[in-house]
Amino acid sequence: MKRLETIQDLAALGRALARGARPARTIRVCSTGCRALGALEVCDALDGEVSRRGLADRVRVARVGCHGLCAGAVAMVIHPQGIFYQGVTAADVPEIVEQTVLAGKVVKRLCWSSGGRTVSRQKNIPFYKHQMRRVLAGCGVVDPKSLEDAVAHGAYAQAARVLAGMKPDAVIEEVSRSGLRGRGGAGFPTGRKWQLARQARGEPKYIICNADEGDPGAFMDRAVLEGDPHLVIEGMLIGAFATEASRGVIYVRAEYPIAIEHAEIALAQAREAGLLGRNILGTGLNLDIEIRKGAGAFVCGEETALIASVEGKRGMPRPRPPFPAQAGLYGKPTNINNVETWANVPRIIQLGAAEFARVGTEGSKGTKIFALAGKVRNTGLVEVPMGVTLREIIYDIGGGIPRGRKFKGAQMGGPSGGCVPARYLDLPIDYDSVREVGAIMGSGGLIVMDEATCMVDIARFFTDFCQKESCGKCVPCRVGTRRMLEILERITRGEGKPEDVGLLETLGEMVREASLCGLGQTAPSPVLSTLRHFGDEYEAHIVDRRCPAKECRGLFRYAIEAEKCKACGICKKNCPADAITGAKKVAHVIDQARCTLCGTCFDKCPVDAILKV
Amino acid sequence: MSLARIAHPKKASLPVPAESEIASFLDELGVSPDSNLIGVLQQVQDRFGFLPAEALRRIGRRMRIPLSRIYGVVSFYAQFYTTPRGKHTIRCCRGTACHVKGAGRVLDAVQRELGIGEGETTPDLQFYLESVACLGTCFLAPVMMIDNLYFGELGPQRVQSVLRSYRAKQA
Repeated sequence: MKRLETIQDLAALGRALARGARPARTIRVCSTGCRALGALEVCDALDGEVSRRGLADRVRVARVGCHGLCAGAVAMVIHPQGIFYQGVTAADVPEIVEQTVLAGKVVKRLCWSSGGRTVSRQKNIPFYKHQMRRVLAGCGVVDPKSLEDAVAHGAYAQAARVLAGMKPDAVIEEVSRSGLRGRGGAGFPTGRKWQLARQARGEPKYIICNADEGDPGAFMDRAVLEGDPHLVIEGMLIGAFATEASRGVIYVRAEYPIAIEHAEIALAQAREAGLLGRNILGTGLNLDIEIRKGAGAFVCGEETALIASVEGKRGMPRPRPPFPAQAGLYGKPTNINNVETWANVPRIIQLGAAEFARVGTEGSKGTKIFALAGKVRNTGLVEVPMGVTLREIIYDIGGGIPRGRKFKGAQMGGPSGGCVPARYLDLPIDYDSVREVGAIMGSGGLIVMDEATCMVDIARFFTDFCQKESCGKCVPCRVGTRRMLEILERITRGEGKPEDVGLLETLGEMVREASLCGLGQTAPSPVLSTLRHFGDEYEAHIVDRRCPAKECRGLFRYAIEAEKCKACGICKKNCPADAITGAKKVAHVIDQARCTLCGTCFDKCPVDAILKV
Repeated sequence: MSLARIAHPKKASLPVPAESEIASFLDELGVSPDSNLIGVLQQVQDRFGFLPAEALRRIGRRMRIPLSRIYGVVSFYAQFYTTPRGKHTIRCCRGTACHVKGAGRVLDAVQRELGIGEGETTPDLQFYLESVACLGTCFLAPVMMIDNLYFGELGPQRVQSVLRSYRAKQA
């Protein structure tokens, strides 16, 4: 692409792209998250079908980012009608082209449906209807590998506005007034962070995009970087201008190969077009951004640990102050924000601070992306105004709990967060309300749990995670989490002691108070929050030696209900341990001595005759 | 940490690259005191499949960093390894969403099928097994990744059939 020398060049490019010939139909296929279920094969089949029928000038097949409704993978949207198809395979392609693209008819079996109701338009599906997709607006729409497509959808227009006519202080003022708080977890006001970096002395100044999305259960940063990388770069450009930074780093975890690839392509395109580098758009701003890949350490999401890792060292946090704004990367002033925070910045400029802050609650403005997963129908990415309730997210958008089970709680904020029990379903969700009930907003991971999820086991799971990821620098975290884990393992094995609950509380408070960084300070949260809200489950494990959710191995067993068993033999055939005996017309039996408790029979039984007892 | 442990991996077997090969690759990368250590280590591991002791020694000399510090970095990050791995890397996700949907049973099934534990390689050097914190594909839970391919919504049965199809391909 030709280098854009001035702000007018960018505007002219935008106009030219808007005037350009547009194909009559665009098929937008998620080529990122849905790749796991064969999205690329679907795209190739579409390309083949389109060229075979000579439709290349009328139909465009776009490989886009995540549409959000990941439960419907492989998902596609056909424009201009906005028809949403889910569960698409390469075999469906000829029919889609024949029926929908050419004849304008809807293929019903590929549409979203629930309780006999079929919805063909994306915007009418309940999952989308209740959302406000600001940050995700381009995700699933723009081609993440094309700068032209991004510009045609308005990319860099806000950065241009800022560079053309705003003063750095005015930009910071705008961000402050918008009320934007860090979307990575802690919720620190972004404007204030920028102000500190701007006031700090030192050359060069750095900006960092934290894409080390390590919270198990969170995948919004991955989706944004994969699906709309230019939005993140634009946010960083604005941030660099406001804080007078000249160097940028995007720190991505290595487990996200597609995010790395798309970010690399986007950076190269931006550099070539003169949107990065020296004298950007002729305004005198200099900024280059490079990518650093993480190497597998959760603690590197903590900002001082991340800086150490970028410097090529062990990713261990250090005490603050000095804050990165004063002495960050290579000892220079550094401003770190996470992907979603950066992606909000162009929207603030576009909408204006007042309009941006119109949605949200008193202390939390704008929208928040949640990664909805676990025991919920519509798993995927959800963007909603701050202040909506868990009920709206889980039931209206998420479609509720599958298999008719009961909602027990939602784990919010990953290993640093806690479990919010069912009685808070109508709590408006924002940074402060979630904290009050013992969890945190965190990066927005929201794992839904039903009655078959054991909360003690969840606490053990997160403690195990934090223990493994503890960098080992400070004793409370290194040793404290280890001791907590041992107690929890003991309880889930059915060997808990009556004093364990008190011991966990004492240890938890100690680790929280005395640890050096956010990892240790929040590591006890899942334990403390489950103790607070689900104390009866701990008691059942310790006193009665049973797991009420029937999840902890050894505290329940599988058995076949003879009256229900149809002697179909499916369980017997599927049992990997050959522990099931039975014959035709004879109810089957599980040999408890051989059973490995793998649960295959439980899942496979077509008549639900297998019980956990 | 004694170098002996780096140099003589317990499950060694892949050919250890010749010193000249290592040296010329480091030349190619232009490793110098200005290089980024983690970036260099990632590229060396991509090239050789693991981090040979000789490469670490040479990186230290070129970057003027003590070998002890390099080993400190290598051992800190989960994705660096100093012993050769199997041809295919299996990553079983143990993230929250996978956990509540039965990731433990998936890992059990892989271990049963291959007869190895986490952090181990099959004797025929075909598979290396590890569990990872989260693959960011929670909507497919429970998930495993074999090299760069995702396999979602797994149960013990499907694990068995996926692994057997890899075995069949190699036979």
